[in-house]
Amino acid sequence: MVREATNTLQKSVLWDWLTTVDHKKLAVLYLISGTLFFLKAGLMAVFMRIQLMFPMNDFLSGQTFNEFITMHGTIMLFLAATPLLFAFMNYIVPLQIGARDVAFPFVNALGFWLFFFGGILVSLSWFFGGAPDAGWTSYVPLASRDYGGLGIDFYVLGLQVSGIGTLVSGINFIVTIINMRAPGMTMMRMPLFCWTTLVTSILIVFAFTPLAAGLALLMLDRMFDGMFFIPGEGGNVVIWQHIFWIFGHPEVYILVLPAFGMISEIIPTFSKKRLFGYTAMVFATLIIGFLGFMVWMHHMFTVGIGPIANSVFAIATMIIGIPTGIKIFNWLFTMWGGKLTFNTAMLCASSFVPTFVLGGVTGVMLAMAPVDHLYHDTYFVVAHFHYIILGGIVLGLIGATFYWYPKMFGHKLNETLGKIMFWMFYVGFHLTFFVQHILGLIGMPRRVYTYLEGQGMDTMNMISTIGAFVMSAAIILLVINVVYSAMKSPREGGDPWDGRTLEWATPTPVPEYNFAQTPQVRSLDPLFYEKIHGDGTMKPAEPIGDIHMPNGSIYPFTISLGLFFAGFGFIMLNMENAIISPWIVIAVGGIITFGSMALHSVKEDHGYHISKETVEQMEKEVGTNG
Amino acid sequence: MNSIMFLHEFTSQRLHLYYQQQKESGVKSLMNGLRRLFKFAPFMAVFLFLAGCGERRLTALDPMGPQSQWIYDNMILSLYVMAIVIIVVFVLFFIVVARFRHKEGDNEYPEQVHGSTKLEVAWTVIPLFLLAILAVPTVTGQFYLSNTGLEAQEAENEEEVDEEELDAESAEELGDDVMKITATGHQFWWQFDYDFGDDSFTAGNEVYVPVDTKVAFVLEAEDVMHSFWVPALAGKVDNIPGIENYMWLEASEPGVYKGKCAELCGPSHALMDFRLIALEQDEFDEWATAMQEEEEAPTESLANEGRELFEEQSCLQCHAVDGDGGAMGPSLANFGDRETIANYLEVTDENLKAWIQDPQSLKQGNNMPAYPDLSDEELDALVAYLNQLEKLDPETKEGLERD
Repeated sequence: MVREATNTLQKSVLWDWLTTVDHKKLAVLYLISGTLFFLKAGLMAVFMRIQLMFPMNDFLSGQTFNEFITMHGTIMLFLAATPLLFAFMNYIVPLQIGARDVAFPFVNALGFWLFFFGGILVSLSWFFGGAPDAGWTSYVPLASRDYGGLGIDFYVLGLQVSGIGTLVSGINFIVTIINMRAPGMTMMRMPLFCWTTLVTSILIVFAFTPLAAGLALLMLDRMFDGMFFIPGEGGNVVIWQHIFWIFGHPEVYILVLPAFGMISEIIPTFSKKRLFGYTAMVFATLIIGFLGFMVWMHHMFTVGIGPIANSVFAIATMIIGIPTGIKIFNWLFTMWGGKLTFNTAMLCASSFVPTFVLGGVTGVMLAMAPVDHLYHDTYFVVAHFHYIILGGIVLGLIGATFYWYPKMFGHKLNETLGKIMFWMFYVGFHLTFFVQHILGLIGMPRRVYTYLEGQGMDTMNMISTIGAFVMSAAIILLVINVVYSAMKSPREGGDPWDGRTLEWATPTPVPEYNFAQTPQVRSLDPLFYEKIHGDGTMKPAEPIGDIHMPNGSIYPFTISLGLFFAGFGFIMLNMENAIISPWIVIAVGGIITFGSMALHSVKEDHGYHISKETVEQMEKEVGTNG
Repeated sequence: MNSIMFLHEFTSQRLHLYYQQQKESGVKSLMNGLRRLFKFAPFMAVFLFLAGCGERRLTALDPMGPQSQWIYDNMILSLYVMAIVIIVVFVLFFIVVARFRHKEGDNEYPEQVHGSTKLEVAWTVIPLFLLAILAVPTVTGQFYLSNTGLEAQEAENEEEVDEEELDAESAEELGDDVMKITATGHQFWWQFDYDFGDDSFTAGNEVYVPVDTKVAFVLEAEDVMHSFWVPALAGKVDNIPGIENYMWLEASEPGVYKGKCAELCGPSHALMDFRLIALEQDEFDEWATAMQEEEEAPTESLANEGRELFEEQSCLQCHAVDGDGGAMGPSLANFGDRETIANYLEVTDENLKAWIQDPQSLKQGNNMPAYPDLSDEELDALVAYLNQLEKLDPETKEGLERD
């Protein structure tokens, strides 16, 4: 068999997955854990919609509802959308640039396990007196020790740990994309998904650092009597909002840019045309990334910063509409004159365009600061960002799942189930969120656990809830599709979609070294170029030889586990009647983490080589299979 | 700095014009109205329909004051501009989806178009113009909303500012009749302090304002953040602990308006509603005078018993029954006039009793202690006492429009 020759299967399966540093396996881990968190937070959303189905419903109490809104937002943004995007970035980017792995495989694994244990830490809050309840933004003073319960400590420490994971992964992607490109793969020949990954990673580095700083300050406030955000003691509550949104606004672009990238891969493939205005798309991405840091205060128009600051940030925000518009029109003109095939991936990618325009339009409306005094903190905002997140990011993710699934798992997802799923999701999504625009305008604030009768809100809330049911049915159908296709779908070769980019030049399943010989890239859309001008296969840039591979390592797992214990120890400082001293837990965690780091530094690990003969044999087997 | 001054002057001028427009009556304003109606007719039709969904004096789609009117008009303007974008994209999209399909057995690749500089420039520049249309009212409007008139008034009072620097007319226009109310948010109720110099007083949960008068609000918060929002009259501004914020509003019609807290403030955030009651000027003056009166022992004996009980149970520690309200609990000085109990319950004796006996079950996380041990007679007495704490002329109260 193909893989027996390598050291992959010399260990037990569990040990293999715990120690893997292979970007493809880590991608699968990201995909699975991100999906689980997504389902959990989605279920919370359904519960909230059930509560809001009728006026003065008592399905959830105000406190529980607040815990649900907080966890829904926190999980969806940090623990569902981010890892799901990372899954595709991890799997696809090294393949698209013709690399054998990311630049730092060890750091890649560390990033995953930090995210994973951070997520577990946040989720543990349910078992210790309730989840965080101050909203995903955790505005102080509601999140300060006087008003916020123990749940907020889980939020602070959990996000701190998972945030470090995201940060190191971001650095890793930057280095990978800058340094690991195959010969001939110049920056301006990179697929757009790689570009958006690069810009997103840069945003991560600049945005997650202020978040880490802010969370550290909040932690000092909550655990060590810091006074950063206590108004009576010389602290200032607005500072938290600034820090949070300096992170929080770029975070939106961190999530949406990779989705833009996915759309920019799917649309050309199924239009059989190259991306229209590639250069403009690249620069639009860069400009959006840059402007993303200039607009954080539009989340704070009603905080009372003054008319001058409001005006400046309002106009900066409007300007973002222009590069986004450039992207929209370039996608439309990519399809123009093409030969479009509407399978599920393409349905998602193409319907993304008008849906995202609706979200963008309300975005520009929200940017008008004085009018935002009406929209702010109402359901209008809820509708707006769900159009961006669901209509943008989630549609992109579902599209990417259908598109790259055969590369990752060797078979396609069922198209009939997929199309039913898409239409249910799409209809359900608009049912749920379109009416929420109007709900906001007729006076429904966001984050309310109930509303009174006779305010004209009953019917629209009912419609919204029905839409949420339809949408969840669609997601269930997607899960069924995954299981069904695993049993029924035929095996696919390396290039099932008549692809254009390098990942389709690899055999399926992708061998652990990706490319037996690093390919020579001659153009944008390199595989398509070879199909037209060559024989349809990539020309090698090097002779076949021994391939150097990194060894697996358990240290990423243990380093993260130690931080998990340390984080839990800090939370125990605020716990009444903790069983053991929190300081013991913190010390144990510290020893595990720093001990693992020390061991990793001391132990020499040069990796291993797959010999030339093995590679040749594996390639031959793949050739007969695929 | 110069440019800022210029901006300020520019907006004050606009404001002045705006005010003139607002004040012009009769035919001209009718013409204006018709013109506006014509201009916005298609969207108006949609929005009139939508306004039907909302409740009058709550929904922002049926504006009842100059500020909410401004906001509404500019929202419609932005919808018009955005409609252009939406129509262009949707038309292109549907053409693409309908025309450019892959046909079975067609193995030719279509022409691989690189792009078009002309088109790129077009869809960069045209949106710039569209945004410019929105940018102008954005800037002027922000100054319009921020101008509470309090600064001009203070400047006049202190005579610190050089007369020349201050636009004399606008100072006169805005500086004179500014009434100031401090609205303080508490978990989960509102405190309204009326600043009339020596005649200041405090009201709880319901704020009375004179109609057709610009009222400035100073916004503060006692515990966590809240946000003061009367959708039918004005945009919201946050109440933030440790910081003073300002906003203004003006009601064009008398009546009972609904207000809401718009910033997550704890478990009962959804129930932190309040009422804004706009009265004719003379009725308002009457009410304000009544609010300053000392509380007197009621003549009815049951209510009198209730009054004694009110003191015995130390309700007075938190709840004032005259104009000197405190920050512990809402003033009950005009409890008999209330439109709601605990910001959301219908005014009935049963609801009031249920509230006194167990406030937590009705409003999670509020700070009022429960009084489960009160007998039925005692509760009757308390209710009788509270219900007769009225400051509003019964006829005025009867005539208030609530719809």
